[in-house]
Amino acid sequence: MAKESGIKSWKELNPGTAITEPGSAAALKTGDWRSMRPETDRDRCIKCGQCYIMCPDMVYTKDAEGYYAQNHYWCKGCGICARECPVGAIMMNEEVD
Amino acid sequence: MSRRVGIEVSLAVAEAVGLCDVDVIAAYPITPQTHIVEHLSELVAEGHLDAEFIPVESEHSAMSACVGSSAAGARTFTSTSSQGYALMSEICYIASTLRLPIVMAVANRAISAPISIWNDHADLMYARDAGWIQLVSENGQEAVDLTFMAFRIAEDKRVSLPVQVNLDGFIMSHVIEPIFLPDAQEVKQFLPPFEPLLRLDPEKPITIGPVGMPDVYTEARKAHDEILKASKPIIGEVFDEFEKQFGRRYKIIETYKIEDAETVIVAMGSLSQTAATAIDAMRQRGVKVGMASIRLFRPFPAAELVEAIGKAKNLVLLDRATVFAGGEISGPVALEVKSALFDRGLSPKTANFLVGIGGRDVTGQNFEEMVERVVTAQKGDLPPYEFINVRE
Repeated sequence: MAKESGIKSWKELNPGTAITEPGSAAALKTGDWRSMRPETDRDRCIKCGQCYIMCPDMVYTKDAEGYYAQNHYWCKGCGICARECPVGAIMMNEEVD
Repeated sequence: MSRRVGIEVSLAVAEAVGLCDVDVIAAYPITPQTHIVEHLSELVAEGHLDAEFIPVESEHSAMSACVGSSAAGARTFTSTSSQGYALMSEICYIASTLRLPIVMAVANRAISAPISIWNDHADLMYARDAGWIQLVSENGQEAVDLTFMAFRIAEDKRVSLPVQVNLDGFIMSHVIEPIFLPDAQEVKQFLPPFEPLLRLDPEKPITIGPVGMPDVYTEARKAHDEILKASKPIIGEVFDEFEKQFGRRYKIIETYKIEDAETVIVAMGSLSQTAATAIDAMRQRGVKVGMASIRLFRPFPAAELVEAIGKAKNLVLLDRATVFAGGEISGPVALEVKSALFDRGLSPKTANFLVGIGGRDVTGQNFEEMVERVVTAQKGDLPPYEFINVRE
């Protein structure tokens, strides 16, 4: 939990809140306040990779079939991918839970 | 071996900084601090001190450079006054919560307007909430000794906080005094090499100064506050160690003829030296008056202060700075003193005087008037504060 949220007791903070482990921000779950969730319709997707290029938060990675899979751990639902998709394959759907 | 020399206090402070073998000095000249940094730049330029002197373009840059050099593990010094402090203050708050043990001499000066290069404690008060340790000297020897102690306190791994050494501008900074200066070997013995808690190092990268979201900011500030609280006994330890090696005794609250005093003057800085002379004169006439002088302003030593003044009937509380709070509460030092007394259920008769503002002299006669005022007034008739030496 602490790694996902960064939440710690004041006693556990490094001096001056320094971060001593490089790249540790990758563990922070920054996709937990999304209200809209991107979903890709693979029938329309042309595997161009625009979503992968434009996503500011490293949500997309290329899978074995050449599609761009989403990891919602960091996704804030900004909708840039849906807007940039040249064939309209990405829908922004409301988060239900 | 220490040698006693007649030297301007600013130059003596610079010599002390040199004896501490600092690695980096980043400073911008401002009256009345100028001679401190001027002399340090001479020491570096003439090869007497192996340090990097960074002649920055402003005080904001001075403190920014200090943050960088201290984070890289260099022993770092700067100095400022008044408007200079105001300009660097943004970075001062950062240096302290980042736990960077920078030492800064502040040659205390009034803040504009009107433009004033002369002494008061406006800058000391401006720095009050920046999370630094604030030491206050009363004479040149103390400014020098506190400089050595400031590095030792700041760099103690249980502290690792920046420390200010305050000295009254002109009254101290531009006066020639006989001062004991130790030799480099003695200082080396007192001040071990600087070992930072964390350091910026390309071989082992870390981040210093990341953003603090709402779920960590409170913890970061709490951690800083706890460290500042924990520093007080360590400051006392360093005072003890200094006495062991150099024979001069420093206390968090200094007292003078306080044992049987009915009226106690609470002062800070060079005012205390004039007050002591005035107390001697009043004692000769049988007035039971004494003094407590605040050596450590942050962290505020409420327990030590109340132990010193708690039995007094009357208190003369001195503030060498104006306060704009609407007139219904006291000046900054008096507020701290009253808060410390209130929390311990004590309510002596108090008078708060704003004295020595913007270079106005404070005389022995003034002290006698202030003591007379608190002794003769009825409790409840005294206003939250009064200006002294103001023309009506």
